Amino acid sequence: MSTNAHNFPGQIPLPIDPRTPSRVSGSRGKAGLATALRPFHGVSPAVPKVGLKDICLSYRTQSGERILALDHINLQVKAGEFLCIVGPSGCGKSTLLHLIAGLHQQTSGEVLVDGKRVEGPGTDRILIFQELGLFPWLTVGDNVQFGMKMKGIGKAEREEKTRYYLRLVHLSQFKESYTHQLSGGMRQRVALARALATEPDVLLMDEPFAALDAQTRDLLHDELERIWAETGRTIIFVTHNVREAIRLGDRVVLFTFRPGRVKREFPIDLPRPRTLEDPNVARAASEILGELREEINRSLEVEYSVGVKPHVETRVQP
Amino acid sequence: MKRAARLIVFYAGLFGSWTLLAELKIWPPYLFPTPSGVGEALYAGFQDHSFLIAIAVSMRRVLIGYAISVVLGMILGLGLGTSRFLEETMGGLLVSLQSLPSICWWPLALLWFGLSQNAILFVVVMGSLLSVTLAMEDGRKQMPKIYGMAGRNLGASGFQLFWHVLLPASLPFIVSGLKQGWAFAWRSLITAEMLYLSLGLGQVLMMGRDLNDMSAVIAVMILIIAIGYVVDGLVFKSMESRLQRRWGLTSST
Repeated sequence: MSTNAHNFPGQIPLPIDPRTPSRVSGSRGKAGLATALRPFHGVSPAVPKVGLKDICLSYRTQSGERILALDHINLQVKAGEFLCIVGPSGCGKSTLLHLIAGLHQQTSGEVLVDGKRVEGPGTDRILIFQELGLFPWLTVGDNVQFGMKMKGIGKAEREEKTRYYLRLVHLSQFKESYTHQLSGGMRQRVALARALATEPDVLLMDEPFAALDAQTRDLLHDELERIWAETGRTIIFVTHNVREAIRLGDRVVLFTFRPGRVKREFPIDLPRPRTLEDPNVARAASEILGELREEINRSLEVEYSVGVKPHVETRVQP
Repeated sequence: MKRAARLIVFYAGLFGSWTLLAELKIWPPYLFPTPSGVGEALYAGFQDHSFLIAIAVSMRRVLIGYAISVVLGMILGLGLGTSRFLEETMGGLLVSLQSLPSICWWPLALLWFGLSQNAILFVVVMGSLLSVTLAMEDGRKQMPKIYGMAGRNLGASGFQLFWHVLLPASLPFIVSGLKQGWAFAWRSLITAEMLYLSLGLGQVLMMGRDLNDMSAVIAVMILIIAIGYVVDGLVFKSMESRLQRRWGLTSST
């Protein structure tokens, strides 16, 4: 897989460029489950795009109890890699994205981007929030060019890039609309265009498709994969949906329940494009699900507290 | 249409009973004028330009005073919204100050600024500053946190963040406070003008009293009500509905 390919340094290509060496049309052929789920032992290039070094995060609850949310997270993400993080809710996976985005400060450890320590927010890393955070007082077009405006980029260039990125997410006709006039899937794509328009190296996505219906989600999976292939961004994608993670990721990292730790990493070598219904995806999912279920059981024990094993079905969203 | 009919019936009834009471001459006309007398006073006031001058003078004062309190209120409200210390200390003080009628600042204003336009402006500012400040603070608190985070995430910081994100994000929550601030500014202005003869609507009102001209008094009262209502209806209502449309808060979508 040519995961390191930055296809368009600098110039603005057309949304669909037939010459683009696409990662989507995978050349791996059929990869068996064995190769699909080989435990990962981190083949790290000299300087990873994103490096997490011994990240710990703890906070105090209102009752004064100290809770360790993230416990010595060590992860390295290659440039152009599509990394998915799965784990039960409350494992700190969303918080980790906030740390990488520089919106919160870890208790100890370092976030490195291109080997440089992250001290605060920066437009080289853009986070797409679960709630999106689109600005309702701006039109779709103004939302998309917000980041460029903050950077002081001239109006002509902003307009040109806005048009390009709106075309990329198939929303050209909605430039003058307000976000509340759009459907959930369309808003999702506005958020994606807004993030991409800032031209970040790293795209952080926090359960972006959790609230969407299945059809819209399938469509957005395809689009995200296409855009990823075309723009060569590094993506860190958090989800609780294991199949979604396998559908999209080059690698899936499983987090434990509180404190969040890296439990295991799974490289996904299945050929692209994949579908959620693909039996290979389902098979890969079942192994990860097995381990995830242990964590969910643990989380339920804690949530329903003191030793009483809850009579709750621990079925995970497949 | 039904609503218009109800309004017509109501106001016809009101004017009818007013005319009837006045025509019965229970009280002398200089204490209880007829609607036509008030109409004549209105006409005469506009004819000799005294009303127009009074309106211009009063509007200028209230606009200056209101502008000052909006700017100051934004700064103060921003401080209160961001600093826990200020919120706990000054916040309580401001709320308690709000129970003080703004005209109570008049003696102080007289000593500080003398009998001048500035004294009036001071009272206007003190009248509306508190509601603007508290509205700003409240807006900052009610505003969903996600907008600030999204703004920082997209590279906004400092004044940029305030101007392009925090202020527009909190506008729907502060617009009612701005409206209330306007109402307080307008009332404070008229009160102050009544105490200090210096053109303006308040002075024309007092002149009517001095001349025992009740028709003129009521004519000016109608003017004061009309101006307050028009600003509220034109400026703030349209601002509110535009905000609601943009934010998708109207039921029409």
